[in-house]
Amino acid sequence: MSNQNRTIYGGKVNREKPINFVFNGKSYIGYQGDTLASALLANDVHLIGRSFKYHRARGILTAGSEEPNAIVQLGLGARTEPNIRATEVELYEGLEASSQNCWPSVNFDIGAMNNFLSRIFPAGFYYKTFKWPPSMWLFYEHFIRKAAGLGQSPTAKNPDRYEQKFYYTDITIVGGGISGLLAALGAGRSGCKVLLIDENPELGGYLLDYNFSINEKDGKKWLKKIIEELNGLANVTILKRTTAMGYYDYNYLTALEKVTNHHAEFSSTLPRERYWRIRSKKVILAQGAFERPLVFADNDRPGIMMASAGQKYLSRYGVLPGKSVVLFTNNDHAYLTAFEFVEKGAKVTVVDTRDLLNARISEKCKSLNITVFKSYSVIKTYGDKKVNRIEIQQVDKNQNKLTGEVENIHTDCVLMSGGWNPAVQLFSQSRGKLKYDLKINTFVPDKIIENQKIIGSNNGQFNLQENLNESFEAGIAAANELNFNSVEKVNWTGKEEIEFTHSDIEPYMLGKKKVTKGSKHFIDFQNDVTAADIFLAQREGYISVEHTKRYTTTGMGTDQGKTSNVNALALMSHIHNKPVDEIGHTTFRPPYAPQTIGAIAGRSVDKLFDPERKTSMHEWHVENKAVFEDVGQWKRPYYFPQNKEDIHQAVKRECLAVRNSLGILDASTLGKIDLQGPDTAKFLNMIYTNAWSKLEIGSCRYGLMCNEHGMIFDDGVTSRLGENHYHMTTTTGGAARVMSWLEEFLQTEWLDMKVFCTSVTEQWAVLSISGPNSREFLKDLTNIDLSKENFPFMKFREGEVCGVKARVFRISFTGELSYEVNVPARYGRYVWEKFMEHGKKYNITPYGTETMHVLRAEKGFIIVGQDTDGSVTPSDMNMDWIVSKKKEDFLGKRSFTRSDTVRHDRKKFVGLLVNDKKTILPEGSHIVEKALKQPPMKMLGHVTSSYYSPTLGYPIALAMLKDGFSKMGEQVVVPLMNGKIIEATVTDTIFYDKEGKKNNE
Amino acid sequence: MFIINCPYCGERDQTEFTCHGEAHIARPDNPSEISDEEWGRYLFFRENPKGTHFERWTHDHGCRRWFNVMRDTVTDQIIKTYKMGEAKPEISNE
Repeated sequence: MSNQNRTIYGGKVNREKPINFVFNGKSYIGYQGDTLASALLANDVHLIGRSFKYHRARGILTAGSEEPNAIVQLGLGARTEPNIRATEVELYEGLEASSQNCWPSVNFDIGAMNNFLSRIFPAGFYYKTFKWPPSMWLFYEHFIRKAAGLGQSPTAKNPDRYEQKFYYTDITIVGGGISGLLAALGAGRSGCKVLLIDENPELGGYLLDYNFSINEKDGKKWLKKIIEELNGLANVTILKRTTAMGYYDYNYLTALEKVTNHHAEFSSTLPRERYWRIRSKKVILAQGAFERPLVFADNDRPGIMMASAGQKYLSRYGVLPGKSVVLFTNNDHAYLTAFEFVEKGAKVTVVDTRDLLNARISEKCKSLNITVFKSYSVIKTYGDKKVNRIEIQQVDKNQNKLTGEVENIHTDCVLMSGGWNPAVQLFSQSRGKLKYDLKINTFVPDKIIENQKIIGSNNGQFNLQENLNESFEAGIAAANELNFNSVEKVNWTGKEEIEFTHSDIEPYMLGKKKVTKGSKHFIDFQNDVTAADIFLAQREGYISVEHTKRYTTTGMGTDQGKTSNVNALALMSHIHNKPVDEIGHTTFRPPYAPQTIGAIAGRSVDKLFDPERKTSMHEWHVENKAVFEDVGQWKRPYYFPQNKEDIHQAVKRECLAVRNSLGILDASTLGKIDLQGPDTAKFLNMIYTNAWSKLEIGSCRYGLMCNEHGMIFDDGVTSRLGENHYHMTTTTGGAARVMSWLEEFLQTEWLDMKVFCTSVTEQWAVLSISGPNSREFLKDLTNIDLSKENFPFMKFREGEVCGVKARVFRISFTGELSYEVNVPARYGRYVWEKFMEHGKKYNITPYGTETMHVLRAEKGFIIVGQDTDGSVTPSDMNMDWIVSKKKEDFLGKRSFTRSDTVRHDRKKFVGLLVNDKKTILPEGSHIVEKALKQPPMKMLGHVTSSYYSPTLGYPIALAMLKDGFSKMGEQVVVPLMNGKIIEATVTDTIFYDKEGKKNNE
Repeated sequence: MFIINCPYCGERDQTEFTCHGEAHIARPDNPSEISDEEWGRYLFFRENPKGTHFERWTHDHGCRRWFNVMRDTVTDQIIKTYKMGEAKPEISNE
């Protein structure tokens, strides 16, 4: 039998349009307009999942985004999503969903034995039990994670597309219930730009489910007209199915729009979700309120739901969740639901915690044959997979206890209403302060920080008549404050059959220790936190509200305590006999509801995740089978394997080619900064550690930059191109950092210096040719005189290379005779190809970064960031030679004489040669005083660079070693991860051509 | 997320900017003549007030200019932005 719980008439689902869906492998039929929850209830499916800790049977508690229980695994394969609230999922053809946290099935769940073992699972159980020994935690954790938890994450890559939208508006209104709609109308009529956000597929909020009148006429028709007018206003944008997730400084909001989630077919043109980043001059919060559960023993069984949820299932979806219904309430408004249920054919009994009842309600109950138990409370419920019986008992409020006979009521559905809590999450995120309202017993907005208004039941104001007019006026006022013209106020008369009444936060007397022992009065359904757990936390000293939350996990999980927080706080207040205000509340943080990470990432995935920077010769490298490495965002050739060479064979061949004949490196990625202005030399004197005043035009000089702590932070060669014109090079990774560093001092310290810095990294392609044949090779391709006399080492010349205007620098990072040929970037590949062609007779060999590293290490040239780590001074690197003694001041100088930088036992830069002449020490290996069987060992330093040197035929290493300069020739030991202990000899850092003759030739 | 009024470009989103910590810490004119303690004060010591704070910011994804921001660390309200070299504004006692 299908749709057996559907009423004969009523509801807004389209009964002409049946929709097939599958839950836990079984096929069902719902109607267009259903949610997954309403369609399941219609088909008499109440058991939706198992609870987090005790694996108790759980059903549907609410009908909205606050749902803690009915969370399902939705969809299959790569599109499967865990923890989706069935109450929010719009039904579509072919929908597949399943229960979570149960095995082998939701009906027969092995984990449910936790429920019977619950005496040994109190709050803090895991902390207490798995604490010892500490080393075993990782072992325990593996099993705990398996046993606990909610749904399954998809394991395949998400195939969907997510978009982001930046939006600027005058007023953003969150919530499309009556308050939000009227505020939007007021502001919209004033002409300002309005964005209205609502999480539901339909505007109207709670009034969609209740009968009300406006000016003594049908309210629903009036509501429809309001929405029509809003739809017609060009300056009002309405976003449905959109949840405001975060509220940040300066009225910056994020919102998630479900674009095609509810479609049966995935769209090839539309994104799945759209993430809105909204900046607005004013925000009006009109999010409404959540109905508050009541706390009694076993209040979590399927079939027990909020009264407002029952109302919504009945009036919106035409679903009668039960035929023999109990309404358990502490307020008047919930009686509307009782009347509605009777009208649709249910038998209703009311259990009211209060002893006095409004005469009008009393009479209507009598006329509808509704039995009312006044001053009674539900004290226990029964039923395995659905509630089938409850026990009630009279409440003696004065004595704070239960009295009299326990009575039994057979029922198939319990509706509960404990009052209403404003949805203050976003308000609180915006740093608005809350206060506890003793009349309605909940937290309400108090102090507003942002340029914001909060209206309607979101502001703790539940009277329809007042909300109508105040909301409309709030919209007008907001527009007014933004200098839009006033529009006429309207006076509507709105009426509900029963108005909201103030409600107590009541049967907390039932949370007393004696009563709770051995039974479960759930406070937080999703996290299985009971009243007894809250008591326990207080007894064990977790008294601060933040501690209680973390110890018991109340208010955590995917629902973040939307239904549970206020009850937990009220119970704490009761235990400590202090006002709730003094208990306080925990902090609300974004996101308001769970959201997909994909939407936050948007299009910044795969190739668009991070920009790739390529040199103008890049495609040549690709065509010639280079293996690439990432250096920052740059793609650099790592090595160029030939035939079936591995990295070692390729690097060996490349190294020897440079040492013996000619190699070529694409050095375009080096940072390049053009410096101009009359004070440039003076500026360089402050930036670099060495002296720059006497550098002649056409000369190059190596320079070291330190920060003010005296620590090396970049290096490079700077050349003087003209009287007031310099060309600075930086490390590839440090280019942007150096540029900012220069700007910082020019703009903040030395405002009078006339220097302009321009990044020209991408304007020049750099071909570095290196090797004894490089002069012979280049001679034929340029009009520049390359003779040793006219173009010596560390000089710069301009001319033509391969017919292209070029800057040629005679500098060397390999120790060989080298020329760095700079041509405008667009000629890079052209000149490169000419070089390759012309260089055949010298066996010109392209090489990558690995060969570059080996060659420079053979010469002991440092790589900033590899051999240095931000904690070493020039002196530590044995580079005193580049630190000016004469200059009065430069950045970092003063720190060279700080007590810490002059310590004699600082780590110093040394070379290491392994005694076995074959082990390549792993970079990062520790050098220890004495190798022991296991740590701790006294550490003396670490290896920073280590390679096999093809030139020398044995491995070489560079290292930072405590007091290293006085340890030349001494033996050290390096224990490896595999247990081997390697002995090495301390040397200086130059392994090849110690005199530096080669690059001077 | 702030809106910052760059003195050169006008109001822009915070994502275009970087904060560089406390402002108005002048580099000593005569580093070689001052004591370790005085140098250490310049290098390491920074205010962390609850209330009005002066900070250096750069408009990285804009004009790349450095400027100063006067901000209340409690409310995150930016009270004033002003160019480098301009005097430190008075803190009002309202």
